[in-house]
Amino acid sequence: MTDETLTVEIWRGKDTGRFETYQVPHRKSQTILDVVTWIQRNREPALAYRFACRVGMCGSCAMTVNGRPRWTCRTHVSKIVGSGGVRIEPLRNLPRIKDLVTDMTPFFEKWQAARGRFEPSATRSEPMASIPSDDPERRIVDAGIECINCGVCHAACDVVTWNPDYVGPAALNRAWTLANDQRDGDRAGVLKAVSEVGGCHACHTHGSCVEHCPVGLNPTAGIAGLKRMTLSALLKGSLS
Amino acid sequence: MIEARLYLLQRGSAILLAPLVLIHLGLILYAIGDGLSAAEILERTRGNLGWAAFYGLFVLAVAVHAPIGLRNLAREWLAWRGRSVDATTLAFGLVLLALGLRAVWAVIGVGAGDGA
Repeated sequence: MTDETLTVEIWRGKDTGRFETYQVPHRKSQTILDVVTWIQRNREPALAYRFACRVGMCGSCAMTVNGRPRWTCRTHVSKIVGSGGVRIEPLRNLPRIKDLVTDMTPFFEKWQAARGRFEPSATRSEPMASIPSDDPERRIVDAGIECINCGVCHAACDVVTWNPDYVGPAALNRAWTLANDQRDGDRAGVLKAVSEVGGCHACHTHGSCVEHCPVGLNPTAGIAGLKRMTLSALLKGSLS
Repeated sequence: MIEARLYLLQRGSAILLAPLVLIHLGLILYAIGDGLSAAEILERTRGNLGWAAFYGLFVLAVAVHAPIGLRNLAREWLAWRGRSVDATTLAFGLVLLALGLRAVWAVIGVGAGDGA
């Protein structure tokens, strides 16, 4: 495989720019991130991209590859290259900074808007909360807690594109884990936050987040859970 | 919270409308299939409280359901936001309600004009 060559197109610029084409040696077990790194080291030193861990933990290297948002460090070239080449662009639904780098600020601001942060219910001097691992609520939290904040679901979601108020699947998935976390001191506050404009009720249940999530989470199910939980709270009068 | 309320109202009215629409369509097929004239239909519906309740509920559910959906469409597809879209879709719902109730009255009301 080492003598084969890949044709790789990479977005250069910001909102306006162009695709530039590079010929890259195709190697065995080569990831998209390997390809981008090879180009940056050998052909285009000014190429801007973002990565850190290279092993699918940090969530910083997501890009659009052949039209789909993917985590590039765990995307093997051989799995996505058919007869064609590779086209790499920045993630959708986020402001572009340069080349393949997007500004993640709105993504994390939306986490805050969905109250996607833990509110402690105890101080450090109190004993640790004891929650059995087979507790039904804890199981729900466990199912959603492994999000690596890569932004792939956010980029895959058409509702995020259409509705600038919509906080997106990642923020709502986080809110869902907190709404089920017995240690959180303001679970009602989470339900209030996701019932605002652009909250969970704006989701159309397209399921693109589930389809694209690189770690196999199901934000759509969590959002459906938030809809049920908020309606229950509304009917009980505890949402106001 | 208004979003959760609207969501509940739209889903609730949809649940109501699902059987109502099916009965309404079945009724149309029945009336057309049997070749009932307008006068024969009115004869059956005039003063019938059952049909008054059925179509009254139908109109109410439509007047709740449609404007909420339109509001969502306007916000997403036309990027139309703020109070103006709320007021416009609310007005649309009230128009639907008025037209629908007027039609119900024309078919059910005793003494309503013939052929209305």
